[in-house]
Amino acid sequence: MIERWHRWKQDRRTAWAAYVALAVLLAALPFLTGAALGRGWVRILDFTLLYVMLALGLNIVVGYAGLLDLGYIAFYAVGAYMYALLASPHFNLHLPFWALLPLGAGLAGVFGILLGAPTLRLRGDYLAIVTLGFGEIIRIFLNNLNAPVNITNGPQGVNLIDPVSVGNFSFSQTHSLFGMSFPGIYTYYYLFLALALLVIFVSLRLQNSRIGRAWVAIREDEVAAEAMGINTRNIKLLAFAMGASFAGISGGLFAGFQGFISPESFNLFESIIVLCMIVLGGMGNIPGVILGAVLLTVFPEALRYLGELQNTLFGRILVDPSDLRMLIFGLALILIMIFRPAGLLPSVRRQREFGSDASVLAQEQASLYDTQR
Amino acid sequence: MNILQTRGLEVAYGGIRAVKGVDLTVRRGELVCLIGANGAGKTTTLKSLCGMLAPSGGEILYEGSPITGIPSYELVRRGISLVPEGRGIFGRLTVEENIKIGAYARRDGAGVRADQDRLYDLFPRLSERRSQQAGTLSGGEQQMLAIARALMSRPRLLLLDEPSMGLAPMLVQKIFEIIRRIAEDGVTLLLVEQNAKLALQASHRGYVMESGKIILTDSAAALLKDPKVQHAYLGG
Repeated sequence: MIERWHRWKQDRRTAWAAYVALAVLLAALPFLTGAALGRGWVRILDFTLLYVMLALGLNIVVGYAGLLDLGYIAFYAVGAYMYALLASPHFNLHLPFWALLPLGAGLAGVFGILLGAPTLRLRGDYLAIVTLGFGEIIRIFLNNLNAPVNITNGPQGVNLIDPVSVGNFSFSQTHSLFGMSFPGIYTYYYLFLALALLVIFVSLRLQNSRIGRAWVAIREDEVAAEAMGINTRNIKLLAFAMGASFAGISGGLFAGFQGFISPESFNLFESIIVLCMIVLGGMGNIPGVILGAVLLTVFPEALRYLGELQNTLFGRILVDPSDLRMLIFGLALILIMIFRPAGLLPSVRRQREFGSDASVLAQEQASLYDTQR
Repeated sequence: MNILQTRGLEVAYGGIRAVKGVDLTVRRGELVCLIGANGAGKTTTLKSLCGMLAPSGGEILYEGSPITGIPSYELVRRGISLVPEGRGIFGRLTVEENIKIGAYARRDGAGVRADQDRLYDLFPRLSERRSQQAGTLSGGEQQMLAIARALMSRPRLLLLDEPSMGLAPMLVQKIFEIIRRIAEDGVTLLLVEQNAKLALQASHRGYVMESGKIILTDSAAALLKDPKVQHAYLGG
């Protein structure tokens, strides 16, 4: 099946047609969703795109460089608070969006290096524990930095954050174009889509670049990587910084989109969810990561209908849908780890790692007995 | 002209000295081997030469200037490349990707591609298996890949650590043939080997190492005839 897909991909005209169809679908998606499922679902679409960016950022750290980061959401928080504090009545600062986005990305990148520098010697489980601690530290700081000087407004969070706007164009207001009306959540969709496409493009370019290969080499064998001339320290820090800056961008967008943020939005569970997105979708493989992000954002929302369903079937709610959500979520993860351990859409490299694959075996057979040749 | 020289080189693990004052010289264009028994300190010496271990004493001069304390990723750029013990290939990447990573330190794309083609000529087996996962190669092919990968950085000094380890006798011959050809191409080689006979047959000069010290050095031909060497390392 995969081979057929490749052959089909090689047919460029079909490929172009597919891209055009995909573009049209993506452009029409908020209208289709809005008409079919209501405005609430367009909002979920917006969130899905934010999570796609977030997951692709973590994919650089975990999927490419193989550094297990359990505190990734902290960088999302840094980006969000950066935006919130500099564009809200809290400090009465209202910096423009075009300045805040790179600032958020940059600051999150700096935090990425701050986390990365002391943890460079750590690997695997040890690194995971330290990053987990880092994520919690950031959240606790945000929670408590309201005294003696009120910086973050503590657990109450920051309210009335400026919506994203470029010049006089506010993304939160309804605009009309060609006689069509675009409510705020629709215009946000196009903004997020554009940025998500940019993040996808950067990820794709990184994957087969010199740096991308260096990351994989470090993941494989750090000593050998260094012998190849790879400055493992800097290249690892670069992974942390790049992953973090993606999160910083989506954090800033989240703050502007939501209008309100509090430390509660950045707890450990969020880090775990983002990690699940890439593990479930297929670590290191961009389409897989996107699929994971889409599934894990849309699926829990869809489960809300289970409550209504129970109401109509039994006249009351037997199991709280949010409990059910965790149950089904856990079950789904276990099933995927059993049946598709490399993820739903694994990368070619990962597939090899998990492969008792027939083709790998055939390759080994072909080369093991080469002394006779 | 010396490409590499050590003076009183000492390397210690914790408090234990593994290399105790080694003086070693490699001239440009030479193929020099360092032979000795297990645990004599050969690999430790080699690792300190390429910047993977910090010496605890002494001096390393490369092309006339001291390189002690310079990290290995920097030394690659200066022309010292190591083929590590146990090969250290990236098993889950393809042969081609391994080769590309070997050229990581270089910025001349056209030169890299030319060298890549040249290496595929030198190692036709690797060429056949370009898109194959490196971990599924046979031991001999993995060793060839490790050597090819190291050559991609265009080293002026190539350090080889036990290239014959774990290989079938026929393949060992083949690897040594390749080593000779690399030397003929003008790359200076320092070879660490337990297979003393083959190493000496291929080399110009040799050093014999025992418990962290050089106990003997001479031309390879003379060492091959030396009764002490014959008795201890050549099984005669």
